[in-house]
Amino acid sequence: MPEMTLIEAIRQGMDEELERDKDVFIIGEDVGKRGGVFRATMGLFEKYGPQRVIDSPLAELGIVGTGIGAALYGMRPICEIQFADFIYPAFNQIVNEAAKMCYRSNGDWTVPMTIRAPYGGGIGGGLYHSQSVEASFTHIPGLKVVVPSNPRDAKGLLKSAVRDPNPVLYFEPKKGYRLIKGEVPEGEYTVPIGPAQVSRPGKDLSVFAYGMMHYYTLQAAEKVAAEGIDAEVVDLRTLYPVDRETILASVRKTGKALIVHEDNLTGGYGAEVAATIAEWGFQDLDAPVRRLAAPDVPGVPFSHPMQDWFMPNPDKIAAAIRDLASF
Amino acid sequence: MEKREHLDLYFQMVTIRRLEERAAELYQEGKIGGFLHLYIGQEAVSTGVISARQPEDRIITAYRDHGVAINCGIPARVVMAELMGKATGCSKGKGGSMHMADVTKNYFGGHAIVGSHLPLASGLALGDLYQHNPRVTVCMFGDGATNIGFFHEAVNLSKVWNLPILWLCENNQYGMGTAVERASAVPEIPQKAEGYGIPNSRVDGMNIMEVREAALEIIKKIREGGGPYFLEAVTYRYRGHSMGDPERYRKPEEIHHWQENDPIGIYRRYLVDRQLASEEELNQKDIDAQTEIDEAVQFAESSPEPAPESLYQDVFVEP
Repeated sequence: MPEMTLIEAIRQGMDEELERDKDVFIIGEDVGKRGGVFRATMGLFEKYGPQRVIDSPLAELGIVGTGIGAALYGMRPICEIQFADFIYPAFNQIVNEAAKMCYRSNGDWTVPMTIRAPYGGGIGGGLYHSQSVEASFTHIPGLKVVVPSNPRDAKGLLKSAVRDPNPVLYFEPKKGYRLIKGEVPEGEYTVPIGPAQVSRPGKDLSVFAYGMMHYYTLQAAEKVAAEGIDAEVVDLRTLYPVDRETILASVRKTGKALIVHEDNLTGGYGAEVAATIAEWGFQDLDAPVRRLAAPDVPGVPFSHPMQDWFMPNPDKIAAAIRDLASF
Repeated sequence: MEKREHLDLYFQMVTIRRLEERAAELYQEGKIGGFLHLYIGQEAVSTGVISARQPEDRIITAYRDHGVAINCGIPARVVMAELMGKATGCSKGKGGSMHMADVTKNYFGGHAIVGSHLPLASGLALGDLYQHNPRVTVCMFGDGATNIGFFHEAVNLSKVWNLPILWLCENNQYGMGTAVERASAVPEIPQKAEGYGIPNSRVDGMNIMEVREAALEIIKKIREGGGPYFLEAVTYRYRGHSMGDPERYRKPEEIHHWQENDPIGIYRRYLVDRQLASEEELNQKDIDAQTEIDEAVQFAESSPEPAPESLYQDVFVEP
């Protein structure tokens, strides 16, 4: 299997979907001639032309609103939001239009739209180019939310998102675009939206993570393994719908749960995982559920000391694992 | 236009009027709940424009949408049932007053967030451009929507991409209770379209024939590849913004002044003066409309409530 970076896998996924279905098109700021701010769409404009890789004005609600309209038409738009931080001008379109369209029309209308957005800190992006926004959307029934953590899943989940008849938010850990490398199967495959995956089986405790934090968690698990702690790592991959079965099965096995995300703590996705375990897995617990998340501050600060303090990393995750393991 | 068509348009306008008058009564009786925004006074706009579309052209509008639903061909009984939240309504009771829609009639709905549907219209039109379908999207909205960000992004996009859209602004003089000149930096609303390089004009929205003639010509131009067009229909709503509006922002004389140019009265005179229809024929249409609404109310009242558990349906479409 060829090895590639996360961003190459995402690009290949889009390329293949554009090739496969002429109703698929990409729309976003600088996705065309420039090839995307992170080069996610590089080469696609040249290959598919300006009708299918559409440079939009700086207008997020316009991009998403147009995407919804085109999806109602029966097309399969891939809307790129340049940074997840910029998704909020389109929040109304996503929450009030895309998420409710099927419901309000009793299934007559569908919105087969994918919204891609790079999220997360660690690149010195500062307050408005570093946010993790997933929890704003996992609260909204009618939307699916996925966050890949490796190239194989990134490509497979992207293809599933494009083919899904519902609106899918696809958040990409941008710090991992070129940092995260991995094998990608040759030929056609998809990764289904929904199931989480046990990415490292273990017996002492369960660590739930996604995106960049999953990548770090695997590193942390290796660190503590040398000390004799056998952590099970679960890559949540799809945040909505919630894969309760996989979460609860892991807790049943290990009796301890740690959730890691780089979004801030309060009201973050970890709260939903913790509540799921408390509600349906309480009898399996041998320790309190723990969360390792960013502090509750309005954004990811720019300066490196502050950014590093803000972000969970393999050392912090390893420390949290040790702490929970010793309970 | 043939006499039959004239009589049909007249019938539609009277049906809307009767439907909404009954809806207001039913609201006061507590049989319709929530919010109810009446279209009374503006019937010529929607009836005129929609009479000028081809069936494959799309209509999308804001929350003052009952009349548009009738014009698009949703039966009055289905509209009434939706107003009462019944299982037989066009949204099976999930949507209510502001969410009339029927995809089979290319009516993409009423939308309750002011201006939020304008970018959707851009997307529908982008689909036509992409597929080389010679269809037109008619996007209706009020004067108030031209002050919101959605409008400016959507209208700009439509010009940048030369989208086949008729932007139809129904200027009924007030965004809720705020007069246009108190809310819009330019009281001449077509100037906003001018700012985006979009051809534009204004029409008397109380006169159905003027609206229709203008719309026919504009829709033809758009279909031929002329790109977006902005039409302002100057009109007036007789009733409050919604039920329960104390209307402290206007005087009764102002309403009476506009009622002297009532759109149904204007059309009636037009038809009689040109001998396109007789008083008797029009009276018969009045009776037919009343009968239609009486039956609609009966249908809606006797329709079942939706089952509570149907609230779980259609959150997602299964792949």
